[in-house]
Amino acid sequence: MEHEYSGGLGKKRALRGLTYVLLTVWALVVLFPFYWMLLSSVKSYGAYNAEYIPQLFTLQPTLENYREAFTAVPLARFFANTVLFTLLTTALMLAVTVLAAYAFARLNFRGKNLVFVLFLSLMMIPSELVVITNFVTITELDLRNSFPGLILPSVTSVFYIYLLKENFEQVPEQLYYAAKVDGTSDLKYLFKVMVPICRPTVVTITILKAIECWNSYVWPRLITDDERYFLVSNGIQTIRESGFGRENIPAMMAAVVVISAPLILLFLAFRRMIMEGVSRGGTKG
Amino acid sequence: MKVVLRNVTKKFPARGKKDREVTAVSDFSFEIPDGQLVALLGPSGCGKSTTLNLLCGLQRPDSGQIFFGEEEVTQLPPEKRGVGMVFQNYALYPHLTVLQNILFPLQNLKGAEKLSKAEMNRRAREAAELVQIGELLDRKPAELSGGQQQRVAIARALVKMPRILLMDEPLSNLDARLRLQTREEIRRIQKETGITTVFVTHDQEEAMSISDRIVVMREGLVQQIGRPQEVYDQPANLFVAKFLGSPPINLFEGRVSGGRVFIGEEAVLAAPGLAGGEVTVGVRPEGFLLKADGALGCRLRGVEVLGRDVSVLAAHEACPGAVIRAIVNAQERPDPAADTVRFDLKPGKVFLFDKTGDQRLL
Amino acid sequence: MDKKSAKGWLYILPAFLFLGVFLLYPLVDVFIYSFEEGFNFASQSYYGVGSYNYAYVLRDPYFLQAVKNTFLLVAITVPVSTGLALLISLGLSSISRLRELYQTIFFLPYVTNTLAVGLVFMILFKRTPYTDGLANLIIGLFGAEPVDFIDGPYWAKMTVLCLYTVWIVMPFKILILTSALASVNRDYYNAARIDGTPAWRIFTRITVPMISPTIVYLIITGFIGAFKAYSDAVALFGTNLNAAGMNTIVGYVYDMLYGSSGGYPSYASAAAILLFAIVLTITCLNLLISRKHVSYLS
Repeated sequence: MEHEYSGGLGKKRALRGLTYVLLTVWALVVLFPFYWMLLSSVKSYGAYNAEYIPQLFTLQPTLENYREAFTAVPLARFFANTVLFTLLTTALMLAVTVLAAYAFARLNFRGKNLVFVLFLSLMMIPSELVVITNFVTITELDLRNSFPGLILPSVTSVFYIYLLKENFEQVPEQLYYAAKVDGTSDLKYLFKVMVPICRPTVVTITILKAIECWNSYVWPRLITDDERYFLVSNGIQTIRESGFGRENIPAMMAAVVVISAPLILLFLAFRRMIMEGVSRGGTKG
Repeated sequence: MKVVLRNVTKKFPARGKKDREVTAVSDFSFEIPDGQLVALLGPSGCGKSTTLNLLCGLQRPDSGQIFFGEEEVTQLPPEKRGVGMVFQNYALYPHLTVLQNILFPLQNLKGAEKLSKAEMNRRAREAAELVQIGELLDRKPAELSGGQQQRVAIARALVKMPRILLMDEPLSNLDARLRLQTREEIRRIQKETGITTVFVTHDQEEAMSISDRIVVMREGLVQQIGRPQEVYDQPANLFVAKFLGSPPINLFEGRVSGGRVFIGEEAVLAAPGLAGGEVTVGVRPEGFLLKADGALGCRLRGVEVLGRDVSVLAAHEACPGAVIRAIVNAQERPDPAADTVRFDLKPGKVFLFDKTGDQRLL
Repeated sequence: MDKKSAKGWLYILPAFLFLGVFLLYPLVDVFIYSFEEGFNFASQSYYGVGSYNYAYVLRDPYFLQAVKNTFLLVAITVPVSTGLALLISLGLSSISRLRELYQTIFFLPYVTNTLAVGLVFMILFKRTPYTDGLANLIIGLFGAEPVDFIDGPYWAKMTVLCLYTVWIVMPFKILILTSALASVNRDYYNAARIDGTPAWRIFTRITVPMISPTIVYLIITGFIGAFKAYSDAVALFGTNLNAAGMNTIVGYVYDMLYGSSGGYPSYASAAAILLFAIVLTITCLNLLISRKHVSYLS
């Protein structure tokens, strides 16, 4: 209804059409790499290499490349490592974040404001600055090529503490006093009342952290050189540089599909929540 | 500028499967004489805002015609209609100063209409003086009070010398004290400029107090058009009678029999020439006269002292589930300890409606 | 300490420990490293304190190349991606049909693994003995000579790096701009239309000023993000970025720390601090400039 009358009808139609053209072009630009990886992953090795001019579709799809991806390189292991890494890191992050956010939001203790300001200022530190010492620390603790070495420095996210604290503070204080009067312990109140009420935020930071973990590359690359501890990002880089003997691009693409699929499925399932969470607190790019 | 609406209808298509088509304005015909201040009055969803949007051109009617003076504007886009509009939340551009806001419409003028900088400034200042915000020109909207923002919005609407001025709920965002003051102000500005003005409101008191004419609407249909006192004294139907007046009208189940109106078993009023049957009897709060041998007996519920007046609260079987409220002179207040109270009804303050409420019988 | 305080501290203790060990201590330490000359990782010894590490890094041709690459990448991708995202968001907010579908598609790059999809870009742009690649096929339609975007001339490699970076950062920008545009009250547009404001003037005088805080936010985070570019380059050109001549400042830091030329935490620290100084300076400049131009802050 807002658009009735604006300008001549013909001009308006043309503009509308142009808008759809623009959006469709960008949609194609976004989707094309995904299509290409799927397509290449089902072309046979021979067929792929025989195409001097790449074909936009294939009539003989094969799943051979997927078998190759899982057998020629330990893709399943990379996958399992990443799942474990993501689960453990996210769980630890949640525990640490929920406790700290609760303390800042509801508990009174000496030095609280000072510590909070300290936390906030830590938000501005770029990870590139601290990665050097962390690398040295983990190396000295002899935790290279181990899960603790991978996980521990990846746990904390000041921003999530901040986000959750803001949310916790919106829960009416009367609820806390009511619970206190009923003799509820702080811990029980936190997990039975606060967390359920703030579930959207908790879920949001969980998903955001999981995405971050799944895609993390820099730290795992620094801290692991043993394939048994590689995550998918490192795995794919190894595959790129030395995997599959000579360049077996269809198998590579099969691996890429396997690696990309979980997050895309997660996104399609929790689309609204993820997009809202990112616009509230995500930063990338 | 005279404004005429002829058989205007506006429907909104259904959105989604569960939704149904909504007729926001239905076969609306109305003529606003030049220079009048007219209120579109009704509860929310009655189509008054849609009517306003049809007038300014943000929406287009599905059928019917709209004229400004002799010119038909039905198909004209908003910018060609020469209307000024004051939005409910004022829609002042927050990043521009008051002066820049007022200048904004003038800067859009093109070709032959284009004004020199000096002329634009002069007109903007003139408009600002008219609404008495001459000293606020360099402020940003966020630095102004609600009432001041309202004035800036009016100045911005007036600066391009519109043929008609439209206002959407102009007072709803102001607190009670400012509301009184601002409505006088709107009246003054309208009188001074002589611009035909239409405003939308859901507040009957607001509509009654300043407008030359009131258009009462309900579910897209015009219920009654008339001068405020006329609409109050001669409501066209039960809806209008209920919507206007504060405290609201008291309603009794009654019947007409033998040229007399009965509430319960008591004949309360003569109604010569009316056919017998069930009716709804509406009595304005000021339509009750306390009288020891009055025609209507009610159980006394309480007495509220309002200062000059006294509000008598009562109950009656013919008025189920509601409290009867009568406003009487403070000197005549009844004994609060009494069980019953009796009234006579003033003839001009009593209305009879048929049982559907669509038609007034008396 | 009273019991109440003890409880509070107990709750924040885990966070405090993690942050202290992995964020606060390293922050101090990195400055120390950067001034310890000739630090040897194996023997944990150094032979002097001074600015030699900085001098070394600033004279290192690899670092200078990385700085050049990074600045070029920032200068191209930030304006391009912000402008394109604004255009697409305007398009998105002007339609109602298919809008959700488009929004969903546009967001996909956000949830992809940079390394993995980078491989796809690589094969699209790479020229091998077997094939010129799809990208070359397309530019060939316009009569251009095929070129290897992955192992070829510098400008070609930079082009594909910029393309991929823009592809990666667009979802965030589109998302933020679309919600900023949606939060502008429709009455402003209605008011402008009743006053006969032309579309272009509505855009420049109303839309842009109203969302200018968001644009500034996106430009600043865009600068910071682009300055830290690394994994997109690795995805396209492999881990040996110095050899490819496509290293970024962050890549240089990691390479110094560990990798082909690795084992020098002092040089890495100096380079990291230089990067931080650059980012800080640019951010401050951004804020100063935007303060002049963004008159309206929500």
